[in-house]
Amino acid sequence: MSLDKPYLDIPGTTVFDADLARKGYHLNSFCMSLMKADNRTRFKAGERAYLDEWQMTEEQKQGVLARDYNRLIELGGNIYFLAKIFATDGKSFQYAAASMTGMSQEAYAKMMLSGGRSPKEDGACKAPETR
Amino acid sequence: MAQLTAGIACSHVPAIGAAMDLGKTAEPYWVPLFKGFEPSRRWMVQNTPDVVFLVYNDHATAFSLDMIPTFAIGCAEEFKPADEGWGPRPVPVVKGHPELASHITQSVIQSDFDLTIVNRMDVDHGLTVPLSLMFGQPSAWPCRVIPFAVNVVQYPPPSGNRCYQLGSAIRRAIDSFDADLKVQIWGTGGMSHQLQGPRAGLINKDFDTQFLDKLVSDPESLARIAHVQYIREAGSEGIELVMWLIMRGALDAQVREVHRFYHVPASNTAVGHMILENAR
Repeated sequence: MSLDKPYLDIPGTTVFDADLARKGYHLNSFCMSLMKADNRTRFKAGERAYLDEWQMTEEQKQGVLARDYNRLIELGGNIYFLAKIFATDGKSFQYAAASMTGMSQEAYAKMMLSGGRSPKEDGACKAPETR
Repeated sequence: MAQLTAGIACSHVPAIGAAMDLGKTAEPYWVPLFKGFEPSRRWMVQNTPDVVFLVYNDHATAFSLDMIPTFAIGCAEEFKPADEGWGPRPVPVVKGHPELASHITQSVIQSDFDLTIVNRMDVDHGLTVPLSLMFGQPSAWPCRVIPFAVNVVQYPPPSGNRCYQLGSAIRRAIDSFDADLKVQIWGTGGMSHQLQGPRAGLINKDFDTQFLDKLVSDPESLARIAHVQYIREAGSEGIELVMWLIMRGALDAQVREVHRFYHVPASNTAVGHMILENAR
């Protein structure tokens, strides 16, 4: 019997569940390696060669090279692991979040200052569901 | 006997730690946020505990995908601030309380909550940012800390109800510890935020306000909120709020709200904070 996944229809949102975690294991392990300064240096010196040390799919490697975070999330990347990539690039969480929304960082920052993205805009908030 | 003296809810946005570490707290962007914690620091001077039981989540720092404990209790003598990719935060080493932590572990497991025991672990911003917010920038933290890490990274986290019940088991464990200690429990993370995908930047002030209200008056209704409802209404990372329910579950049914603060934004996140004392 398949698992109940009531979160699949939420717009603009990918839930890092067990299936995605399995798919993204090597990608996220690569990200984790960037916690070490030596590895960051080696990655920066030759991204492709460093990526080839990991059992990632070609799509995942391309996603990293392009810093396409939405694509990487689809391919099993988790945001807290992907954060190691943009930290290595010297970029902030707000920069990365903005890049995933398709907004400029400036427009995104302005949206946050005026209270953030409204939950009403995408109709994802249904009537309260309780178990 | 040990006594649970207060519960504190507090967001743990990494940018707040960076603002403090880099001396940016007087910048206009950050002034309102730190102002909201001034009453908390004054309260804390009068109410410094011996031990903080600090519920937080690790952000792919101590736990990679290699091991993902749902509930992990830190029983070590000390915990170093982690290098999260840009060097460790310049904050004091966190001193644990191995005796109380071990006591709580044994008691809580015997109450059917199967904890993972951790004797070596670095702690990331999830734990150190609340300490910085509540204590400022001392050369040593003024109390011991028992780190309690909850998985909210790989779905599903534990349910709100499980967290609430666990809080109650932790309370019974603290109450039965045979030493004269003042203990606080902190629940960190939240409030509404989403860090990923085209929906990043989501903030839901109505949801957060209701959550804060009910944290005081009707926590059992919060314990019934399903995961999917958190994701829809509070954003994919808003689900961290289940950790607040561990804190609330450890307090008495009747509590007194000592302080409340809510602020949008800190980076991508709605910051919520509350100090609760048992009413009796």
